[in-house]
This record gives sequence, C-alpha cells and structure tokens, in this order.
Amino acid sequence: MSYEKLKVLRGINIDVRPSELVFIIGPSGSGKSTLLRCCNRLEEPDSGEIIVDGEAITAKGANLNAIRRRIGMVFQSFNLYPHLTAGGNVMLALRKVLGKPKAEARAIAEAALVRVGLADKIDNYPNQLSGGQQQRAAIARALALEPKIMLFDEPTSALDPELVGDVLNVMAELKRSGMTMVVVSHEMRFAKAAADRVVFMDGGVIVEQGAPADLFANPKQKRTRDFVGQIEQ
Amino acid sequence: MTQYERFFDTFFNPAVMAKYFPKIIEGLLVTCQIAVLVVVSGLLAGLALALLRSYRWAPVNLLIIFFVDMFRALPPLVLILILYFGLPNVGITLSGYVVLWLVLTCILAAFSEEIFWAGILSVDNGQWMASRSTGMSYTQTLLYVVLPQAIRLTIPPLTNRTIAITKNTALGMVIGVDELLNEATTAQAFAGNATPLMMGAIAYLVLFVPVVYLGRYIELRFAWRKA
Repeated sequence: MSYEKLKVLRGINIDVRPSELVFIIGPSGSGKSTLLRCCNRLEEPDSGEIIVDGEAITAKGANLNAIRRRIGMVFQSFNLYPHLTAGGNVMLALRKVLGKPKAEARAIAEAALVRVGLADKIDNYPNQLSGGQQQRAAIARALALEPKIMLFDEPTSALDPELVGDVLNVMAELKRSGMTMVVVSHEMRFAKAAADRVVFMDGGVIVEQGAPADLFANPKQKRTRDFVGQIEQ
Repeated sequence: MTQYERFFDTFFNPAVMAKYFPKIIEGLLVTCQIAVLVVVSGLLAGLALALLRSYRWAPVNLLIIFFVDMFRALPPLVLILILYFGLPNVGITLSGYVVLWLVLTCILAAFSEEIFWAGILSVDNGQWMASRSTGMSYTQTLLYVVLPQAIRLTIPPLTNRTIAITKNTALGMVIGVDELLNEATTAQAFAGNATPLMMGAIAYLVLFVPVVYLGRYIELRFAWRKA
C-alpha cells in the first residue's frame, strides 16, 4: 500500500485467528488505519495478499460488496448517516444489500440495537444521540450484517472521556461472544483487559507483537519501549 | 390633471385594466406553463448530469464540463436568438415556445448540475466508506446515502438559481412567444398606456412571490440540525 511514492505499509505479515482480539497500537502515521482499511479494501494495497475467512479478497474479480458485508467496520468519527434514524442506519444495508423485507430488517435492527444498549433509540436521528450512543449505533449497523470479523478504527478517540466506557463495554461483550476483532486504539487499559495480542506498528512495519502483559511490561524493542512509556505517562 | 392623477392614469387606468385583464391572464398561464416545464426538465437533467459525473468517466466528464461551462457562460438571449433565427437555415424550425423551453432547460440543467455536483462532493468521505464497508455498491451509496444529504445542502442555492432562470421566460417576448411580458407590451402598444406593463409586473409578483416562499419552506423543511 502506498500513496504516491510514500510507502505507508511494508512487509506486513499478520494472522488473526477466529475469535481473537488483535489490538494494534502505534504512533500516528504508522499505518494502523491504512492496514485496517486494506482488510476490506477501502484502501487498495499495491501488492500482497489479504485472506479473510478463507477467501482472497485481493484476488482479481473478487466480489468486493459480498466480501465487505461480512467484514464489519467501525470508524473514529462514527459516520452514521445523518438523514436516517438509528434504525434506518442499521436497516439500510439489510434492505439494499441483503434484500430483506422491511419488517424483517426492522426486527434485525431492533435486536442489534438492543445488543448495544440502544433499544429505545431506534427512531432517534444521529444528532439526537450522544457521541457514545452514535458509536454504539454504528457498531449495531455493522453487527446486523452478521460479520465474520469486526474492524475498529480508533472507535473511542472522538468521544468525551465519560462516554468511552459504554463503547468499550459493548466491544468487551462482543469479544466474550466470540467475535473476531481487530482494534486500532489508544485505550491501553482495554487492551490489557480484553486483547489476546497487541501489535505495535511504527513507520509502516510491525515492530513487535505479543500478549498484552508481555508487550506492555517487557517490550523488547527500543521503539516499543519509548511508545509504551509515553502513552502510559 | 394633477401629477397624482397623471401617474394613476398612466399606470393604473381602470378602463385599460378591465380591457386587457384577460390577455394578461393568458400570458401569465403561458409563462407559468413554461416555467413549470423548465423547472422540472432543467432540474432533472441537472441531477442526471451530476450523478453521471460522479462515476468519473473521463470522456463523459469532459463533455459534461464543456456543456455546463458553455451554458453558464452564454447569455440566454444569445442562445435564444441563435436557435430561433439560426436553425431554420439548416432546415430545423422550432417554435418560439420550444426554443424558449429548450434554452432555459439547458441553462438550468447546467447551473443545477454544478450545484448538485458541489453538494455530492461536500458529503464527507466517511459516509462513502461507512456505506461501502457494509457491502453497498457505488451506485447504492450514491443514491441512498450521499444524494439525500447532498440535496439538503443544495436546496438554498438551487431555489435561488431556479427562480433566476424561470424569470428569463420573459425573453420569449423577442421570439414571439405569447407569454406574459409579450402580452403586456402588445397591450401597452394598443392602449398607448403603461397600465398593462404594470399589470404584467403584478402578475410576475403573483407568480414568483409564492415560489420564493415555497423555496423558503422547502429549505426549512429539509434542514436538519447538525449534531
């Protein structure tokens, strides 16, 4: 993956096992978000192969729309559709991509919103929801499509501190239910509590990875030590 | 005759008013008809061009940009005269009514294409990513996610531009379309009195003031509070 001459990612090789929660950390500009977006080809890698659930999504002629609906994605800025209610946000892809009838789509949307604790917000527009509620609605939108894997791109970075907990609780519940997750975030406490593995990236490469306890307590590389030291201050 | 009486007699002569009222109404109906046709066809064509442009096929976009720039740059009257007086020389004769409709439609299409296009571009890229990440196709994203947001943003400039262009129906006068201004000036010539022109002005107000208010109503209705 590169922009113009700048190589954003180089020599990335990473496996995520089913039901694993992989947590990606690193300084800004290290390529974390780009790596995540390559996983559903919102960004096009220049070379290399990405395999999701046994299917090479980088293959020529891969059905991107079919692949993407099995890969849920949650964004830093929520990106809810402002002209639709929370329910409408969840229902849109159910109706247009999966072709579900309205009543069925609404039932699925209700269930997804219940799961993220927004049962009573189905008819509220995004501007009537707090940041934390918007992000949970965005998680429900992805969950409703029953993805095999969920990608989180700094899901709590745009939230006021008191709203972060609600979103992390939903993510922790997802983890307990066996969802495969890749999370780019700076929430180190969440990483220690919920992650199976932490990956440290810098300058477009994976510098170091390991279990959260190891990586945070005994980083082997100097760059990792510096970064972990900084963010833990 | 006092100054006041002379003014009143020139612009609000009751006898002239009574005589030419039916003609003014006929002209108003023609103007109204052309205006509605122009608004519907112009806005639809503009929207279609903007949607087509968002697929970013280079040759198609070059054609669209050429069309849009040309019709935005040329004065409507020039186009009307060229089509009405020029085309018969190459064997195409269009009625004044059709020429007026076609020219104003093309101009409204050009301006509204730019407005719709700016609206489509102004929708945050995150909306595209979010929609595509759920498996929605490019076209589905454009129609169900981006366009509804773009249209809300474009209502105010679109209303202004639409009113400005429909007022140009008055140019039909120079090619003999029996619209409002034409009826008014003809009546003025026969009556030797400016009252029909004043009636025409009032008729334009009757036609366009509600349109202005309708535009404002649509703006309010489609606006949504930003989070």
